[in-house]
Amino acid sequence: MVKFSVKKLHVWFGAAHILRGVSLDILSNEILSVIGPANSGKTTFLRMLNRLNELEPGFRMNGAIALDGADSLSEDVERLRKRIGMVFAMPLPLPLSIFDNVAYGARMHGIRKTARLQGIVEQALREAYLWDEVKDRLPTSAFNLSGGQQQRLCIARTLAVQPEVILFDEPCSGLDPISTAKVEEAMLKLKRQYTLILVTNNVKQAARVGDRTAFFLNGELIEVNKTDKIFTVPADKRTEDYIRGKFG
Amino acid sequence: MKKNPERSQKIAFFFLLLANLLIVVPVGLIIVIIVAKGFPALTWEFISQMPRQGMRAGGIFPAIIGTIYLVGGAILFALPIGVLAAIYLCEYATHSRMSRVVKLAIVNLAGVPSVVYGLFGLALFVVFCKFGVSILSGALTLGIMILPIIITASREALESVPPAFREVSLSLGASKWQTIRNIVLPNAIPGILTGAILGLGRASGETAPILFTVAAFYLPRLPSSVFDQVMALPYHLYVISTQVPNVDEKIRYGTALVLLLLVLFMNSVAILIRNKFRKQKRW
Repeated sequence: MVKFSVKKLHVWFGAAHILRGVSLDILSNEILSVIGPANSGKTTFLRMLNRLNELEPGFRMNGAIALDGADSLSEDVERLRKRIGMVFAMPLPLPLSIFDNVAYGARMHGIRKTARLQGIVEQALREAYLWDEVKDRLPTSAFNLSGGQQQRLCIARTLAVQPEVILFDEPCSGLDPISTAKVEEAMLKLKRQYTLILVTNNVKQAARVGDRTAFFLNGELIEVNKTDKIFTVPADKRTEDYIRGKFG
Repeated sequence: MKKNPERSQKIAFFFLLLANLLIVVPVGLIIVIIVAKGFPALTWEFISQMPRQGMRAGGIFPAIIGTIYLVGGAILFALPIGVLAAIYLCEYATHSRMSRVVKLAIVNLAGVPSVVYGLFGLALFVVFCKFGVSILSGALTLGIMILPIIITASREALESVPPAFREVSLSLGASKWQTIRNIVLPNAIPGILTGAILGLGRASGETAPILFTVAAFYLPRLPSSVFDQVMALPYHLYVISTQVPNVDEKIRYGTALVLLLLVLFMNSVAILIRNKFRKQKRW
């Protein structure tokens, strides 16, 4: 089933033409990896899906994005962002306690009862494989956690809002290999319930976790296919050069 | 003359040190002189009694109360307006032409001489609004004078909250106002309070803005409403230093010392509050 349908998407920031006519369907319950060198527009593409780009000065766009068949650009932006969670490149806990970080979204959506919040927080932390490590220190500052734990906290915080799609923007770029493995393990399990889109600079990571992989270059989608196809028999010479490490 | 790097370094150090001494020495001297000359006047009677014998004896109690009222009123007026304006400028109208005009206006407002604020207050509050020469007029005039300080400090405080926090909050589906209310504002409070401290100091020391709008030359009783005149410490100091003959030197310096201590006390309270909020800040 098609979750996101992106058609002829162009994005400009001021005079810079960042995305040049990207058309791409994203399926339900898949992990789509988006790879490409720096400045290829992959993060901009990701931030179009939850419409964070609109906050930037000089932003202009053209094209269409549909979520479950309905135009996502005319949808109420807060409701849309509730359905589409995001995990950022650096672990970004809010300056709050562990509990308050995870409960933040639920509270913003009007859930006040402590018992209900406790249930939501525990479930989200379990889904992000963090519960056992933090259950005894929920009221302490989230900044005391290690980088990998902070990133899984950010995943839990996203899950607590019960989204349908989770966007990962280079989620492991600041993490060591063991923390990276834990985050990847969490992603593979999350796929059962959520649609995951993973922007990554790490080609091997895309190969490990992606069901399909999309290759971006200079704001264009060069090709998208099953991950094993992309990594064994890429259709485009440029894709092959990139994943073989010839540039980027 | 041959170039000698070691000597030129010594010369440079000398001037750098000199510049620092020139900052420290006058501050030290001001404090030493005022404390030395004013401390003998500092009795319980001096700070709790009405002035007597044409301000040549007795206390300065009404001037202390007057200054507290004026500064408190000015902050009460300027802090909410300043913070709200700063939020609008930083969070809502960041790149609009309107915000550029407002920012320019604020910079210029900060450069207006205080006596001009006094005349403005006289025209607007005393005459046009018919508040008369009163605490209300004086506090509003001082409030307008410290508005730029508070807006500028609040803007800097809001801008120093990392944009990533805003994105995280928005990405979780929080509205813009929820983000400001729950993430941006709590983390900006220490900086906003710094602005309030600066404003407080400025408002308590100025003479010109209260000259035409509130200050009483000699009024040995406490105000009963915001429409009363009051004495105020800076103006009182001016009066007993230049307008009344034969005032004992220690009364003049005692008054200056009380004004300094009052500002110090109000600043300490604000700094304590700020430190309490800073402790909660965790990044």
